[in-house]
Amino acid sequence: MENFTPVSALLGGALIGVAAAMFLVMNGRLAGVSGIVSRLFPPAKGDTDWRLFFVGGLILGTLVYQAVGTPYEIGYSGGWPILVIGGLWTGIGTRIGGGCTSGHGVCGMARMSSRSITATAIFMVFAGITVFLARHVVGVI
Amino acid sequence: MLKNIFALGAGSVFGLGLALSQMTNPAKVQAFLDVVGAWDPSLIFVMGGAVVVSFFAFRVILRRPAPVLTPGFLLPTMKDIDKRLVGGSALFGIGWGLAGFCPGPAISSLAFGHWQSYLFVAAMVAGFWIARIVSQGTIESDGAQEAAA
Repeated sequence: MENFTPVSALLGGALIGVAAAMFLVMNGRLAGVSGIVSRLFPPAKGDTDWRLFFVGGLILGTLVYQAVGTPYEIGYSGGWPILVIGGLWTGIGTRIGGGCTSGHGVCGMARMSSRSITATAIFMVFAGITVFLARHVVGVI
Repeated sequence: MLKNIFALGAGSVFGLGLALSQMTNPAKVQAFLDVVGAWDPSLIFVMGGAVVVSFFAFRVILRRPAPVLTPGFLLPTMKDIDKRLVGGSALFGIGWGLAGFCPGPAISSLAFGHWQSYLFVAAMVAGFWIARIVSQGTIESDGAQEAAA
């Protein structure tokens, strides 16, 4: 557990909560990233700008961290086929399942939605099983 | 205009939180998911912090008759736990485990300029398209029909 970073994790998590609260009180929406982004493809007339601004913000926030925060080493595992398959499954799965880690895992859990609690339990368990199989059984990540 | 500014602001705070908590680091995410390996429980604190803050904030916010900038709150209306919710979430879990990226952090990490996140985001967007075509607009979202999920 030498990489255990509870303080930055908790502070980062709290910031995510603050962002979700700010978005709900101002714009009246839940900050679910897969929903916000997927509706840009294809874009719907009159419903695009705020989505692009939100996406720009996600990138801007990370740029700000890069400028002022403590750097850390980023690790990617698996080659391009793993990233392609992972991306495809993530895109398809979050659309069919109606949300991702932010929409179900944060906003939905905060609303005590039984759908979101179920979805979160399922994607956490499947992600855990996948890492176990891919890393310790097959050895591809 | 104000709506866009606050979307940018919320997105920025969100992205800062993702970067600070290292959700943008696939190795860290996979170390959290790897319970039987060299387990790093840090990311429990990310979700914990985010859920606790939004749990209390949402309770206060939703007492308002309406948001500040729009006529009404757009919240999910679906209640059923159906096959789509279960199957879609399972599929997402597999993708998340394989790559160590979920949608928000994947987009945020574009800022780092590494090809891996660009490839992942491109594949994810392709996945959005595929899901849309396959289900022909029948997708209901937990972020309400037109809202965020």
